[in-house]
Amino acid sequence: MAHHLELEGIIQRYGKHTVVNGVDFRVDAGSIACLLGPSGCGKTTLLRCIAGFEEIAAGEIRVEGRTVSRAGFRVPPEHRRIGMVFQDYALFPHLTVTENIGFGLRGTRAAERGTRVDELLATVGLGGQGGKYPHELSGGQQQRVALARALAPRPQLILLDEPFSNLDVDLRERLSHEVRDILKSQGITAVLVTHDQNEAFAMADEIGVMADGLIQQWDTPYNLYHRPANRFVADFVGQGVFLPGMVIDGHCVEVELGRLESKVPLECGQGCGTCGKGCGVEVLLRPDDIVHDDRSGLKAEVLHKAFRGADILYTLRLTSGAEVLSLVPSHHNHALGERIGIKLDVDHVVAFKTPTRAFPPRGVTPVAPVHFSQ
Amino acid sequence: MHEFDWSSIPGSLPFLWQGMLVSLKITGVAVVFGIVWGTVLAMARLSSIKPLAWLAAGYVNLFRAVPLVMVLLWFFLIVPQLLESLLGMPAGTDMRMSSAITGFALFEAAYYSEIIRAGIQSVSKGQMAAASALGMSYGQSMRLVVLPQAFRNMVPLLLTQGIILFQDTSLVYVSALADFFGAAYKVGDRDGRLVEMLLFAGAVYFVLCFVASQLVRHYQKKLKTA
Repeated sequence: MAHHLELEGIIQRYGKHTVVNGVDFRVDAGSIACLLGPSGCGKTTLLRCIAGFEEIAAGEIRVEGRTVSRAGFRVPPEHRRIGMVFQDYALFPHLTVTENIGFGLRGTRAAERGTRVDELLATVGLGGQGGKYPHELSGGQQQRVALARALAPRPQLILLDEPFSNLDVDLRERLSHEVRDILKSQGITAVLVTHDQNEAFAMADEIGVMADGLIQQWDTPYNLYHRPANRFVADFVGQGVFLPGMVIDGHCVEVELGRLESKVPLECGQGCGTCGKGCGVEVLLRPDDIVHDDRSGLKAEVLHKAFRGADILYTLRLTSGAEVLSLVPSHHNHALGERIGIKLDVDHVVAFKTPTRAFPPRGVTPVAPVHFSQ
Repeated sequence: MHEFDWSSIPGSLPFLWQGMLVSLKITGVAVVFGIVWGTVLAMARLSSIKPLAWLAAGYVNLFRAVPLVMVLLWFFLIVPQLLESLLGMPAGTDMRMSSAITGFALFEAAYYSEIIRAGIQSVSKGQMAAASALGMSYGQSMRLVVLPQAFRNMVPLLLTQGIILFQDTSLVYVSALADFFGAAYKVGDRDGRLVEMLLFAGAVYFVLCFVASQLVRHYQKKLKTA
């Protein structure tokens, strides 16, 4: 499939401050990509560069093979044919829903425009609401109008800037699935920006985790969670803790809770040719890696519990004082201070070489990953 | 104790009414020209062409930094002479009315331009971005998206400024032009009933301006809930 959107070596600065520091990625036609990262990581700036609101300091942006941005050159947004959904929706308050959706269709014949608007109102489930003004709609409905307005001129690429951040959790989840279905049914390429990994997981085919103006890892949601490329990604995506461990051999690593076996030999990351017996590593343990088992001889003390309906997230203290997280079905209700039996159930062993400094600040040059496959 | 005598009011009502018409005429024309010229100034000040923005800013700051009475006097004393010598108009042509209107319009435009500039800036930048993402040029975005919203937001302020302007028209008495205040002063002076006439004029100004500002407030409330 053709690359619909290509970014190469994008650098963007505000004064002396470098916000985007050399980003490359490609998005296939019809694919939904997501830039995921904490606030200030440069993801929104990158989106504004793609939309054409900002000039870039270096690099090149191509849409369908056509260069739309490079240093000193920028096709203005109105000539890019890129749809955009804004964080605050930016609906036009003085225009009705119909006029909002039809706004980008000025210049097409009235009858044609009417048909297109009706079609979109039906697509986003707002049939019959065209005469209302934006302030008469709920947040979720406004979001749908914003999407319909962006889709109206039939753009080949659509950009969504934190599109669900103003909605409550339930609606956010429902709408993100709905929006994905709509985009997929129309075969539109999309780039979404968010700081919410659930939103990213629900919407995107592939996700670029950003920090400090760099893409830390560009991968599928599954791989980001189970095979994080560096400590930042491991930390930012999903919950989990790092336990110090010791490499026993190329297939096995030992932590306080026992030995983690791997069938496939250890793949040492670049710059690390010495990983072998005795090497110190930090092993990532997700809450679902630690299973509650009353018969287990391995005990841990309940430090904190968060009831989440179907399950409880326990924070447990091990004998050494290290803390781990464990996700347990909620009928296993234990009191604080109680010692409960646990066992390891690790599918993927993710370990990083112990950094020379105890805790590298978030987003610094990552330590080379050490992967054990299951 | 001063003995109030209101008897000179009824007889002078037609004269006072003529004065009121003068006040309203100055107000109306100055508001219209002030808004038009003020919009031009506001656009110039927000323009990306720097010299244009500086010129507009200089104009606005100059007029906002001098007293209105002084501007009016300039226009009474200097401009007519200038026109006489430039256009060869006969000396002594009564240009008090047009001088007053010109002075007010140029002075008020500085204030209107600030209101209009704030109105344009009150429209979120996202609106402009949304319009351009939908394929609109700068001019189209301004005309179809920004200005309609800006105008809606600033109507109450423009009206309030109009009420202030109406009160300020009383300053034309420095040119002996018989606006409402000037007329009341003349009648009071003639009949030796200055205190009564000034109290009466004050009451009329108060009632008109108070009612008008209540209407503006009502409109503003309606705007907020809409």
